[in-house]
Amino acid sequence: MELNGAQIVIQSLKDEGVEYIFGYPGGAVLHLYDAIFQQDDVKHILVRHEQGATHAADGYARATGKPGVVLVTSGPGATNAVTGIATAYMDSIPMVIISGQVPSPVIGSDAFQEVDMVGITRPCVKHNFLVKDVTKLAETIKKAFYVATTGRPGPVVVDVPKDITDPRIKVPYKYPKKVSMRSYNPAVTGHKGQIKKAVDLLLTAKQPIIYAGGGVILGEASKELTEFAHTLGFPITNTLMGLGAYPATDKQFVGMLGMHGTYEANMAMHDSDVIIAIGARFDDRVTGKLDEFCPNAQIIHIDVDPASISKTVKVAIPIVGEVKPVLEQMMELIRESKKKPSKKALESWWKQIDQWRAVNCMEYDRNSRLIKPQYVIEQLYEVTKGEAYVTSDVGQHQMWAAQYYPFDKPRHWINSGGLGTMGFGLPAAIGVKLAFPDSEVACVTSDGSIQMCIQELSTALQYNAPVKIINLNNSYLGMVRQWQEFTYESRYSHSYMDTIPDFVKLAEAYGHVGMRIDKPEDVRPALEEAFAMKDRTVFLDILTDRTENVYPMIESGKAHNDMTLRVADGTSTDRELA
Amino acid sequence: MRHIISILIENESGALSRVAGLFSARGYNIESLTVAATEDPSLSRMTLVTRGSDDIIEQITKQLNKLIDVVKLIDLADSDHIERELMMVKIRTTEQTREEIRSLAAIFRGKIIDVTPTTYVVEMTGPSSKLDAFIAAIDGDTIIEVVRSGPTGISRGEKGLHL
Ligand SMILES: Cc1cc2nc3c(=O)[nH]c(=O)nc-3n(C[C@H](O)[C@H](O)[C@H](O)COP(=O)(O)OP(=O)(O)OC[C@H]3O[C@@H](n4cnc5c(N)ncnc54)[C@H](O)[C@@H]3O)c2cc1C
Ligand SMILES: Cc1ncc(C[n+]2csc(CCOP(=O)(O)OP(=O)(O)O)c2C)c(N)n1
Ligand SMILES: [Mg+2]
Repeated sequence: MELNGAQIVIQSLKDEGVEYIFGYPGGAVLHLYDAIFQQDDVKHILVRHEQGATHAADGYARATGKPGVVLVTSGPGATNAVTGIATAYMDSIPMVIISGQVPSPVIGSDAFQEVDMVGITRPCVKHNFLVKDVTKLAETIKKAFYVATTGRPGPVVVDVPKDITDPRIKVPYKYPKKVSMRSYNPAVTGHKGQIKKAVDLLLTAKQPIIYAGGGVILGEASKELTEFAHTLGFPITNTLMGLGAYPATDKQFVGMLGMHGTYEANMAMHDSDVIIAIGARFDDRVTGKLDEFCPNAQIIHIDVDPASISKTVKVAIPIVGEVKPVLEQMMELIRESKKKPSKKALESWWKQIDQWRAVNCMEYDRNSRLIKPQYVIEQLYEVTKGEAYVTSDVGQHQMWAAQYYPFDKPRHWINSGGLGTMGFGLPAAIGVKLAFPDSEVACVTSDGSIQMCIQELSTALQYNAPVKIINLNNSYLGMVRQWQEFTYESRYSHSYMDTIPDFVKLAEAYGHVGMRIDKPEDVRPALEEAFAMKDRTVFLDILTDRTENVYPMIESGKAHNDMTLRVADGTSTDRELA
Repeated sequence: MRHIISILIENESGALSRVAGLFSARGYNIESLTVAATEDPSLSRMTLVTRGSDDIIEQITKQLNKLIDVVKLIDLADSDHIERELMMVKIRTTEQTREEIRSLAAIFRGKIIDVTPTTYVVEMTGPSSKLDAFIAAIDGDTIIEVVRSGPTGISRGEKGLHL
């Protein structure tokens, strides 16, 4: 088959099994758009801003496990995509971004809409390619998908100069079934000796904890993790990125750990003697003060990326490999082993953990006349029966969503953890809804974040992707306000927005339903009403208590056992529990 | 400690900037970097001299290995190896100093590869420390230019960096 470069790109995507391209046209990609026009296997979603394209593709990827695909033009189209590429990179999300480039002969001449996309994205992609030869185009695209989806996943940019897609130049096309690269061979199974050592250590642990992260979700290993935890009977905590990797309603789950994690999770980490870290990367939001991180623990770390291991925290037993096969290898040894975890030790460990649980760190004032954001999330959980896909933006609302919506299944909690990108939530929700049109998709957001990609409301209408926007409107950049309250004696420098649009009218202007809720008793009925409108995007503008803070909190530079908790009567004064 | 990291990398445009970019983005120290093609035109070999604690060197090698274009690398400091650097020094000469420079160059096994009425160019190879010693031995005021390639290295015996 002979195809021109533009057709090769589209045909390659088809052969790769791509369902959706999220994109925005422009000069350098006109040939590609013409090729898109002439087929309907790969559907193109026209966003309203290239950042929206990257987040939508990212949301699609997080929910499905399949790589998200983005198409943007050169210059401003490419630079607009960078925030979304970096967002995916930080959370190890597989994406392939095809960017148009000026024609090869004029590269480097400051041509119209030229930017060095390969140079700009180098620090925030897993890899990137500049295509120089149309005969290598299909193979390059195959490599891009291969690199994006294997090992530690991540975004890959393919920069395609306009002459490469010239419709007049046809070359033989064959999409490779497989590619191999001598320079890229990610590990799959773990080293047997290391695994044996790890199992021996686990079976002698007295105060163990499983610390599991996003790698379990990326590696499709929730089932294996659950079996592993149940067999050992150990407490388990998840990172923000790991939520849903282990069922949150299971009794062995002690909640999220880290800066806004539960008291029990952080105390258990601090007092543990053995930690097994599974697909988690010891982020600074998790470890707190490094010198005082888990002082008595011996650490086992499973990660497919050797560079994640012993990066910030030195570990005793590193295991390089994918979570799923490594957990299977471990389970085999555990089953064969005559040794069993000490029942007595575990019983007293659980007793201790239950005492920490009794502190009830997630309690808040349920009698307030104002709408408490935590209450909204709890109601959202009930109305959606815990089964919705929940995307979020970045800020206090993100933490409340993570804390008060217990996720039992992987890939249902979709948020930007590593880069913390405001504006992520709405386009990501659209990507998720397109992937799962029959599932409920809620975007938990706030007045600041939602305005960063609000234009995508228009995309949601055009492509019939009805999502429910839960706007926890506190009139503040709440997370910033909270830090200013805690560390800058309440000098609220530029964290208050004097003018906020009428979101109800705005939603209506975009062709959607808008609702404003300002009384606690209206929250539940409004949510029910909104979710009953299956085919409409509903914007719920919920006016919440503006002064509410996220608790518990490990303030920066503090250790896990030095958390600030909310006082029991629900007022917002802090109490030090050390 | 000082480490010499040898890297086999795909001979693709941009490969050098990936390595250099990694060092600047992650704040690693880089003392010198040399690159050239190998007997296999699809591969380049880079030699990179860096300093850092064991933990930092471990991260550096992991991060380098993580670059998709990097095929293989070794830390030469881990085993017995030979280190060589090429240097050319242009020195201002007078009737009186020529003899002394010639004999000094001979002691360091240097060669005089260019002569004008007022200058010599001395070529010298060796471990970087030897080149440092030569520079220290000649009168600093007479040095016009120094150009050094940065060290390259190879391990002894069967061990080594090849596919
Ligand atoms: C406002 C805000 C507050 C935050 N507060 C918290 C907090 O309180 N607690 C918290 O936990 N986080 C918090 N975060 C998120 C934090 O910044 C990090 O994003 C998060 O902790 C990282 O999660 P992770 O360790 O699971 O790693 P991820 O970023 O999910 O990385 C996954 C790891 O698994 C590895 N991996 C990938 N695939 C596989 C595989 N198949 N097999 C094996 N390994 C694999 C990767 O190499 C990587 O090391 C917050 C973020 C924001 C924006
Ligand atoms: C693009 C971007 N800019 C700035 C920040 C820094 N930041 C983190 S949280 C936050 C406030 C978010 O406000 P809002 O969306 O209203 O959420 P709230 O905290 O009120 O729930 C800001 C400005 C960010 N994370 N992303
Ligand atoms: Mg807000």
